[in-house]
Amino acid sequence: MLTIKGKPAIRDHLREAAIVQSRLVMISFLVLLLAVILIIRLAYLQVYQFEKFSDLANRNRVSTHPIAPVRGLIFDRNGMPLAANERAYNLEILPKQVEDMDGLLDAIGVLVELSEKDVEQFRKLVKYRPSFQRQVLRAKLTEKEAARYSAHQHELAGSYLVAALQRSYPEGELMGHALGYVGRISDKDVKRIDKKAYGGTHYIGRQGIEEQYESILLGEVGSEDVETNAHGQQVRALTKQLPKTGKTLFLSLDTELQRKTTELLSGYEAAAVALDPKTGEILAFVSVPGYDTNPFVNGISVPAYAALRESDRRPLINRALYGRYAPGSTIKGFMGLIAMSNGIPSSETVFAPGWYSLPNSRHRYRCWKKTGHGVMDLHDAIVQSCDVYFYRNAKRLGIDLLHDEMSAFGFGQKTGIDIPNENSGLMPSREWKKRKIGQPWYPGETVITGIGQGYMLATPLQLAAAVALLANRGQPIIPHLLTAVQDPDDGTLEQIQYKKPEKLSGISDAAYAEVIQAMRDVVHGPRGTARKIGKGLEYEMAGKTGTAQVKSIPQGQKYDKKNTPKKYRDHSLFVAFAPVDDPKIALAVIIEHGGGGSKVAAPIAGKIIDFYLVDRLGLYNRDPAPADETKKASQSG
Amino acid sequence: MRLPFRILKFRFDMPLFLGLVVLCAVSLLILYSAGGANSAQLVRQLTRIAAGLGLMLVVAQISPASWRRYSPIIYSLGMVMLVVVLAVGFIGKGAQRWIDLGVIRFQPSEAMKLAVPMMVAWTATQRFLPLPVWYIGVCFVVIAVPAGLIGLQPDLGTALLVSFAGLVVIFLAGISWKIIVALLAVVSVSAPLVWQFVFHDYQRRRVLTLFDPWQDPLGAGYHTIQSMIAIGSGGKTGKGWLHGTQAQLDFIPERTTDFIFSVFGEEFGLLGFILLLCIYLFLVFRGIMIAFYAQETYDRLLAGSIILTFMFYVFVNIGMVSGILPVVGVPLPLVSYGGTSMLTLMVGFGMLMSIHSEGRKLSRT
Repeated sequence: MLTIKGKPAIRDHLREAAIVQSRLVMISFLVLLLAVILIIRLAYLQVYQFEKFSDLANRNRVSTHPIAPVRGLIFDRNGMPLAANERAYNLEILPKQVEDMDGLLDAIGVLVELSEKDVEQFRKLVKYRPSFQRQVLRAKLTEKEAARYSAHQHELAGSYLVAALQRSYPEGELMGHALGYVGRISDKDVKRIDKKAYGGTHYIGRQGIEEQYESILLGEVGSEDVETNAHGQQVRALTKQLPKTGKTLFLSLDTELQRKTTELLSGYEAAAVALDPKTGEILAFVSVPGYDTNPFVNGISVPAYAALRESDRRPLINRALYGRYAPGSTIKGFMGLIAMSNGIPSSETVFAPGWYSLPNSRHRYRCWKKTGHGVMDLHDAIVQSCDVYFYRNAKRLGIDLLHDEMSAFGFGQKTGIDIPNENSGLMPSREWKKRKIGQPWYPGETVITGIGQGYMLATPLQLAAAVALLANRGQPIIPHLLTAVQDPDDGTLEQIQYKKPEKLSGISDAAYAEVIQAMRDVVHGPRGTARKIGKGLEYEMAGKTGTAQVKSIPQGQKYDKKNTPKKYRDHSLFVAFAPVDDPKIALAVIIEHGGGGSKVAAPIAGKIIDFYLVDRLGLYNRDPAPADETKKASQSG
Repeated sequence: MRLPFRILKFRFDMPLFLGLVVLCAVSLLILYSAGGANSAQLVRQLTRIAAGLGLMLVVAQISPASWRRYSPIIYSLGMVMLVVVLAVGFIGKGAQRWIDLGVIRFQPSEAMKLAVPMMVAWTATQRFLPLPVWYIGVCFVVIAVPAGLIGLQPDLGTALLVSFAGLVVIFLAGISWKIIVALLAVVSVSAPLVWQFVFHDYQRRRVLTLFDPWQDPLGAGYHTIQSMIAIGSGGKTGKGWLHGTQAQLDFIPERTTDFIFSVFGEEFGLLGFILLLCIYLFLVFRGIMIAFYAQETYDRLLAGSIILTFMFYVFVNIGMVSGILPVVGVPLPLVSYGGTSMLTLMVGFGMLMSIHSEGRKLSRT
């Protein structure tokens, strides 16, 4: 071999070939090694872990979509629909399919009216709910809008026109305060609700019956397995589990009585609660002015809501449920019961000169009757609503006893009605005043508590419940609206059983009889404060007027209705039940700034009771003039 | 003056050609399924295949000696273009990988996949084998400079593949095991040090996610996980052509390009994979045979590098979609949809055919 300086001078082809070829053989083994690695890996994935990946692929492929249930219907005691579901077209968006949300909303905004609120609400939902669930952008499209949208739908990927059932309230304003309404689920709701149960549901009950019985009305969510691609688009349906419609509620409300009551109170700011004293079923639950709940279903517009909220008449306030009023003289019957059961006989008389003073004080607590009632026993003091008599009684009994015994009638206590946000009113006590105001109790405050003034506050609902207790001669009731629940699938009707609270102890039947007799004479007696409404009744009614001072009148001055601005005028109250022997209805009416209870509230209350007993129950005739009777007799004969 | 190629005889290799045609047919079949029966896409791929095969036959007619002679020029041109691309990218303040020639966009780094092994083979054959140690250093420089430029683009994946093609040449040229062991020792010692002291925390996390997709199943790991689900759920025999749910319901990302094997694995299963692997192995061993029987050292080195790099692509791609290698953006050779890589591969196979015919011709005379 030729070499230069020990190195080969010419190329040794055979040697080079041998070097490279040996390396090529090694490379062949490397290639086989790589192939084997791949085969092992693939066999591991496709044979050993096949089950796992098969399962994962299926979970990818199949997505379960909730199917919203239909919300339960609500009827009144006569089967009149109070809450129904009507067909409407909603515009919904599946966020996962949308690349440019702003662009899409702008494009839709051209075709369909979108308020700022719609958009804001929608964006919040998108933030808090899974992106593969459709969310409502605009509910209840008009026919024109639906048509315009449909023509452009192909350009608006990710948006859908969905036929849905939407809550409607046929009676609107009439039942608003009792029923409440459903509203779109807000971002706040989303945080507290069971997301699974509300899958596909866009509405939730707010206030009233709709909120109280949300869980019964909602129904059970169904589900649908859908083959879905990576972008959330549904490819085809696989299996389906139908949702279960919410249960139908039957309420004790009598729509016609509610209507009549509302009509009679219209123009005032007022509230009335009528109930069946035997069962506690609420027959009418009225707070005027009310408001139409239908616009709330899909979010009331900002100006419309502002108008409601800022109205001087405050239609959004549920006066019957949480309006707090000094009960005034309406509590005198209860004061009578307390007196009798605590050692003050009904026959004991008091001289009423038109004012009352505590010993060692020159302050005069005045009676509404300036000239005084003269000598009064309990019966006359109730019939003529003598303040002085009850000033004296209150002073003798003391605030501690009054607080305890009045609480037993339900004052200062929640009634337990099946509507949320009930107010407990206020039955003051020493302890309460110390805690809330930080002052000791003064004797003068006991005196005015005796006529339902001062700190004492009651809701119309509480007054109605207390009157029912009186009508029942001591048997309390829990006022309620729900009477029965029906399963819409099989029609089974479940009557709701309410527990009956224990009868009050310590008050004799005779005491009830005396107070009820006195309250009968308020309406039917020759000197009764509400004697005008007792004329011509076929049945007997027991009642009590009340006039609650809104503004205290300084010593030595006189209440002058004409020159008092309306907001300082007295509230007008009346509580009643009828017929006296077999009570069918107990009622409390409060008319804000209405003036005297006998002049305003009593006549209206009389008409409400009369309408119920005569027109609704048909138990009696109105104005039983002989001519009418003969007419009817000849007709029936 | 001699022509760069002599048409004495039509240079061709039937086994290689048949293997490629079968592979391209598989590509069209699986592309039809992966692309959602998109016929326009199929036509484009078919056009590319035809153009690629045509280009391969043209390249095959150029003698390996000519390739060898022009290696430095091709390599230098490639280097110039790499610098241009980098400069344009630097001025335009954006990563750039291609030069727009109006009609086609030319990717210099792609050309370097062939130019680098050609140049290393050329360099190696300037001396006699086995190469002296210092000269191996020269060969490393020939690899490191373009690889560094490509890495700066930054296109780390291609830089690694280019380096791999060059290193294979050095390996074939008979680099001594002592040096290999020494290099491996340096790497295995320095790697943990680099990991510990040079990498930032976020870089470490990124690398870890590359190797463990389940750490970030909805982000960086999503591709790999969906791909593994697809392959795994394919089972032994697959879900059937057009019936892969992962593929048809869009769960596999980039399923016509880098992840096309996920579709294949899902629809044809382990059995399909083994058949596909057989086609690849057939091509690879045919290539190794051509290298083995080539007459010139340059030819052997180049042919060996081309064919092992081809196998390496297959391994990296399937390894990546099946979750044993990080996702680095390597297409499945000749099956993935896309033009540039197919053309490079076809040119490579053209060179193999040329080398094969040269070997036969010389052995006959």
